[in-house]
Amino acid sequence: MKYLDEFRDSAKARILVTEIEALVATMDVPHGRPLHIMEVCGGHTHSIFRFGIEGMLPKQIELVHGPGCPVCVLPMGRVDDGVNIAERPEVIFATFGDAMRVPGSRKSLIQAKADGADVRMVYSPLDALAIARKNPAREVVFFGLGFETTMPSTALTILQAESEQVANFSVFCNHITIVPTIKAILDSPDLELDGFLGPGHVSMVIGTAPYEFIANFYRKPMVVAGFEPLDILQSIWMVLKQIKEGRTDVENQYARVVPDKGNAAALSAVSRVYELRQFFEWRGLGSIDHSGVKLRDEYKQFDAERKFSIPNIKIADPKSCQCGEVLKGMIKPWQCKVFGSACTPEMPLGALMVSSEGACAAYYQYGGIKQHVAAE
Amino acid sequence: MNIVPLIRSRPRGKVHVRTVTLSHGGGGKAMKDLIDDVFVDAFDNAALAPLEDQARFDLAEFAAYGDRLAFTTDSFVVDPLFFPGGDIGKLAICGTINDLAVGGAKPLYLSCAAIVEEGMTIDMLRQIAGSMARTAKTAGVEIVTGDTKVVQRGACDKLFLTTTGIGVIREGLVLGADLARPGDVVLVNGFLGDHGAAILCARGDMALETPIESDCAPLHSLIESVLAAAPGIRFLRDPTRGGVATVLNEIAEASQVAIEIDEAATPLREEVKAFCEILGLDPLYLANEGKIVVIVPPEQAPAALAAMRAHPLGALAAVIGRVHVGEPGRVIMSTVFGGRRIVDMLVGEQLPRIC
Amino acid sequence: MCLGIPGRIVRIDDAATMLATVDISGVRRQVNIACIVDEEHPVSSCVGDWVLVHVGFAMSRIDEAEAVETLRILTELGEARAELEAIHLSAAHLGGHPA
Repeated sequence: MKYLDEFRDSAKARILVTEIEALVATMDVPHGRPLHIMEVCGGHTHSIFRFGIEGMLPKQIELVHGPGCPVCVLPMGRVDDGVNIAERPEVIFATFGDAMRVPGSRKSLIQAKADGADVRMVYSPLDALAIARKNPAREVVFFGLGFETTMPSTALTILQAESEQVANFSVFCNHITIVPTIKAILDSPDLELDGFLGPGHVSMVIGTAPYEFIANFYRKPMVVAGFEPLDILQSIWMVLKQIKEGRTDVENQYARVVPDKGNAAALSAVSRVYELRQFFEWRGLGSIDHSGVKLRDEYKQFDAERKFSIPNIKIADPKSCQCGEVLKGMIKPWQCKVFGSACTPEMPLGALMVSSEGACAAYYQYGGIKQHVAAE
Repeated sequence: MNIVPLIRSRPRGKVHVRTVTLSHGGGGKAMKDLIDDVFVDAFDNAALAPLEDQARFDLAEFAAYGDRLAFTTDSFVVDPLFFPGGDIGKLAICGTINDLAVGGAKPLYLSCAAIVEEGMTIDMLRQIAGSMARTAKTAGVEIVTGDTKVVQRGACDKLFLTTTGIGVIREGLVLGADLARPGDVVLVNGFLGDHGAAILCARGDMALETPIESDCAPLHSLIESVLAAAPGIRFLRDPTRGGVATVLNEIAEASQVAIEIDEAATPLREEVKAFCEILGLDPLYLANEGKIVVIVPPEQAPAALAAMRAHPLGALAAVIGRVHVGEPGRVIMSTVFGGRRIVDMLVGEQLPRIC
Repeated sequence: MCLGIPGRIVRIDDAATMLATVDISGVRRQVNIACIVDEEHPVSSCVGDWVLVHVGFAMSRIDEAEAVETLRILTELGEARAELEAIHLSAAHLGGHPA
């Protein structure tokens, strides 16, 4: 597969691993304190586990898995609201597969479906709009999730619905923005991070300029990274080079897809359709100012929150849930008291165990391979 | 074949309406007409013809093939009923034949129980029965008894089939999931994940167009030839629901061994690979209906591989890994990239993801 | 949200609503191309373009030159490292130490 297989080449992997090892050897990394590089994006977390990248790196590098998993940070209360909408008999609730198993306080969407709610999995918001066209007597609600990567697709779908005057389509908007997320991490006193792998597909929309504050103000290297394993290794190498050379820059490793200026058409659709919420609740991270978006008044007929009155109750995370600490990279999944016992993929307490890119799910499914390999 | 000849000749019933109604399940003439028209007509064989409550066989017939009876059952509830590469009928025949064959049995006779939803079209039923008959005939097995029920609308999803099969295992052939030993080689007979991908695609939720077809096929002749070439084979299993990853985990657990596979060696059709990349699915967990996982002692692996490749259902057979000493029950994959990761049992169902 | 996949636009289905069919190794899907259409790239010119597909939208045109460059850097790194090692090896050899 073009633009995929070339970036999974094992010979080039070996070249990069050699370079990384050579570089790290010249860097005087203290024994108990490896270099902490955070990959913000859940897609990177998944790739790292899928290709066994952690086990290929020297022990002086520790990858810290960040909170860039929009499913993982969805608070229970919002899942409850979604279930509430889905359970209405007139509603067809369309959602990405990722959100189906996230636990609400009563049930998840997949449980609601088993109980009779018309919940349908879609690959694209366009497919949800198609369902609305085919079912004029029903109300179709699309569960809008994701960072800036998916904001344009939801927005463009709303604009399409508007131009066709589709009256039975709306969006339950839970889109969140990446910059406040990264800021919350950087402001966290318990974290000591030495560099970042930036979210490649968010950047495809917003460009690289929004991350300048990381390099200039917080003085940390930031490399916008692609998702193939070679992209991830190369980005790690670029972060190391910056650390070694005492630089803090925003670099774009994923230049074949990410334009430095971002995507004008996508950004235009986004600013037309959405405005910032004052604050938005994040599972495990609490409330973050200006971190979520909602539909502008001009598009209120497509806003599920206004079409349906939803309970909008804040549900506290379960007491034993340590999702927040894992999301911020403060503890590793297996250090969470309930990992593998009270919290498993079959009976998840928190979203990190459910989402396929959540750190906990990844560790549970793929195991502690680095530790395992070391033991052999 | 020695059966008690009791073939009464009588005119066969025919159904003249378009759809199945509850009266077709009532036990009366309507039901006889349905059974005759749809099933007896298609399956047509001497053992079935008496239409007694049971098919009867001379034990001596079985004893001629071996010393153990193999007996299995499976239900089929696939949706959609028709998909590229097959239908629920073909699946029901192949699935049960394969469950017998992987135990080393020669499949001989099948039963077919159908639960039909009121409103199902008779033509569709005839098509499915025809498919079952053709598959059985090609495979050299007979459908000798059955049952038909009609349930009201909503009580089942169009059609559910249950097939049960009996076969005979020849003397001396012992296969088991607990027999894998360090050093053994893991083989598969071709592309993985075709069936699972074909079904997901046929359901249409993801609006993807692909040429992927189910690999649904009866495997007993392939199995016979590979067992002949490599009589020391430890175990065979068809990786249906849960895919190859699940079967390997079952073997590793039962035999208390570790298994390591090589991602670059796993045969994968380009379109199935693309399909999985788009939806974020792992092909190792997708169902196969025409594949076997074979565990063979290393000295017999070349012969086993050659025998598979010489068979039409094994042209792309490949070595995908080895059994070795390690953490018992553990399956590891060395990735195309060079790193390694654990291949664990799946929890629940794989769902497409966008993230 | 991250799962994006490279695909090639093979057909424009509806220029007015910006819909095209993309081919990804034999798998086809209709996608919206609004994000990759601009003055330099009108709808009709997009056939044959390689794009990054995400949730039914072509989100970015893949820059072939950048892709080649990214891989070239890695090849060069490998060659430089190999040269370095060759130098060390021959130096050790000349110094009379076993390599």
